[in-house]
Amino acid sequence: MTGRVSTSPLTPRRSPLLTVLMALFLVYTLVPLAWLVLSATKTQEDLFSSPGLWVGDDFAFFSNIRDTLTYRDGIFLRWLANTLLYVVVGAGGATLLATAAGYGLAKYRFPGRRTVFAVIIGAVAVPGTALAVPTFLMFSNMGLTNTVWAIIIPSLISPFGLYLMWVYAADAVPDELLEAARIDGAGEIRIFFTVTLRLLAPGVVTVLLFAVVSTWNNYFLPLIMLSEPKLYPLTVGLTQWSAQATGANAQPVYNLVVTGSLLTIVPLVIAFILLQRFWQSGLSAGSVKQ
Amino acid sequence: MSQDVAEMEGRRAAGGGPRPPVPGRRWSRSDTKGWIFVGPFLAVFALTFLAPIGYAAYLSLFRAQAFFGTTEFVGLDNYVDVFTDDKFWDGSLRVLLFFVVQVPIMLALALVAALAIDSARLYATSFFRLVIFLPYAVPGVVAVLMWGFMYGTNFGLAADLNDLFGTSIVPLSSNWMLASIANIVTWEFVGYNMLIFYSALRTVPGELYEAAALDGAGPLRTVLSIKIPALRGAILIATIFSIIGTFQLFNEPNILRTLEPNVITTYYTPNLYAYNLSFGGQQYNYSATVAIVMGLLTAVIAYAVQLRGSREAMR
Repeated sequence: MTGRVSTSPLTPRRSPLLTVLMALFLVYTLVPLAWLVLSATKTQEDLFSSPGLWVGDDFAFFSNIRDTLTYRDGIFLRWLANTLLYVVVGAGGATLLATAAGYGLAKYRFPGRRTVFAVIIGAVAVPGTALAVPTFLMFSNMGLTNTVWAIIIPSLISPFGLYLMWVYAADAVPDELLEAARIDGAGEIRIFFTVTLRLLAPGVVTVLLFAVVSTWNNYFLPLIMLSEPKLYPLTVGLTQWSAQATGANAQPVYNLVVTGSLLTIVPLVIAFILLQRFWQSGLSAGSVKQ
Repeated sequence: MSQDVAEMEGRRAAGGGPRPPVPGRRWSRSDTKGWIFVGPFLAVFALTFLAPIGYAAYLSLFRAQAFFGTTEFVGLDNYVDVFTDDKFWDGSLRVLLFFVVQVPIMLALALVAALAIDSARLYATSFFRLVIFLPYAVPGVVAVLMWGFMYGTNFGLAADLNDLFGTSIVPLSSNWMLASIANIVTWEFVGYNMLIFYSALRTVPGELYEAAALDGAGPLRTVLSIKIPALRGAILIATIFSIIGTFQLFNEPNILRTLEPNVITTYYTPNLYAYNLSFGGQQYNYSATVAIVMGLLTAVIAYAVQLRGSREAMR
C-alpha cells in the first residue's frame, strides 16, 4: 500500500502516509457530526447566517435543548419514552428469541431443522420494506394498527441476530457441559437460563446492540403503522417537525430539528463506545484462532 | 448462501450451518426438545414474515371495483399492469443505476478501510475502527436530515463550498439528487461494511502471513494473494445486503421529498411508489403487487450475484 517493503507483514512499520489517507476518511465521517454539534448551538437565525462549520453569534445550545424538550407540551420527551419502550421490549425480546432459537438450532437435532434454516434464509432475502405494506393491511384487519404492538411485534424478529447466535452457540456451548447438567437432573429450559446464557454473553450483547440500533432507528414501520403523534418514536417525530417548515402554514423549527437529532444520536453513540469490546469480539464469532 | 455466510465467519470445516451428523458424535438430544427454543422465534416469524408474504400474494390477485366497494378476482391482471407500468420501471431503473454505481464505490471504500485498519500500519487503529463505524449508530432519518441541511444552498455547507470553489452545484436539484442520496447512503453504511470485511480479515491464520513473508511476498502481494481471496465470502455477503438495501431505498427519498417535492416524484423508487399507492391512493391491491414484484426482482438479482460469486470462488 505504501510501496515500501516492510520488514515482515506481522510486525509492519507504522505508516504516516496511510494514516493521513485514512484521516481524510475520518474527516468525511465526522464532518456531518461536527456540523450537527455546532448547529445545535445556534439560534434559528444563526443557522442561516453563519458558516456551516463555525459557531454562530449567540451560543444557544442550552436554550435549544430547553425549547426542544418543552415544545408542544414536551412531546419530544414523550417520543423519547416511546422509543425507549419500543427498544426495551422490541430489542430485548428480539435478542431473547434469537438467542434461544440460535441455541436450539446449534445444539439440538430435531425433525424439520433443515427446513427451518431454509425458510429463514429465504425470507431474509425478501426486502423488509416490501413486507411493510402487506403487514400494515394485515395488522389493520387485526385491529393492531395505531397501537404499540404494531411496532413491537415486527421488531421481535432479527434474522441476522439468529444467525449470529447460531454460529456463536455452536462454538461457545460444549455438549459435554449440557450432558453433565442433564445428568444432574436439570431440565432443558433451566439449563438454558442457568448454563447457556452465561456462556453466550458476548454474543448476546452483540445481538442486543444491533437489535437496539435497528429498533431505535426504525422509521418506515412506525411511519405507516401510527397515525397518533403520541405514539411516535423519535425518528417519525423529528421528520414531522422537519416537514413543518414547508407547506401552507409553515412553522419552521430548524433549530429544534437539529438539536433533537443530536439528542437522538447521543445515547446510541455512548452505547457503542461503552460496549465496543463486546461487539468487536462478538462479530468475529467463530473466528477464534486457537 | 449458508456456505458463504459460514465462510465469512471463518468457520471452515466446523461450519455453523446444517451439517450431517458425524458418526460417533454425541448430539444433545435427537428428539423434539429443540422446538422449545426454536418455536417462539418461528411463531413470531410466521406472523411477521410469512403471513404478510402470503397476504400480499392473495391481495395481488384481486382488484377493488369502482362503485361497490367490493373486490373481484382478477387473476394476474395486476401483474400485467405492473410490468407495463412506466412509473414502476422508472423507479426500478433508478435503483438499478444506484446499485451499479453506488454499491461498488461504497464497498471499495469499505474494503480499503478494512485493509488499512487490518494492516497494523496505522496509528490509533482502534480509534479509526470505532469512528468509521459510528455513522451506523446514527438513525437513517437523522442522517438524511443532517445531510439535507448541509446540502442546502442558503445555509449549510453546500453554500460555503460553492463560495470557496466558485461553483454553483445545487445538490438537491434534479441533476444531482441521486448522487446526493448515494452520498448519504455511503456515509451511513461504509463503516458497517468495513466491519464485515474487517471481521473476516481477523480470521486469516497468522501462519499464512508468515509463509508469505518467507516466500518474499511484499505487502501488496500479500493483500492480493491472501487477503482478497479470504474476503470473497464477506464481499459476496456485503453485496447481497447492499442489493437488498438499495432496492428498498425509501427513507432518503421520502424525507428529502419534503424539501424538494418537485424533484422527487411519488414513484422515485419502487418502494416509495408502493408506499404512495397504499397511503396516498388507497390502491392496496396494486400496491401489494408492486411490493411482490419488487421482492421477486430483488431475489432474482441477489441470486444471480450469489451464483456468480460462488462460481468465482470455485475457480
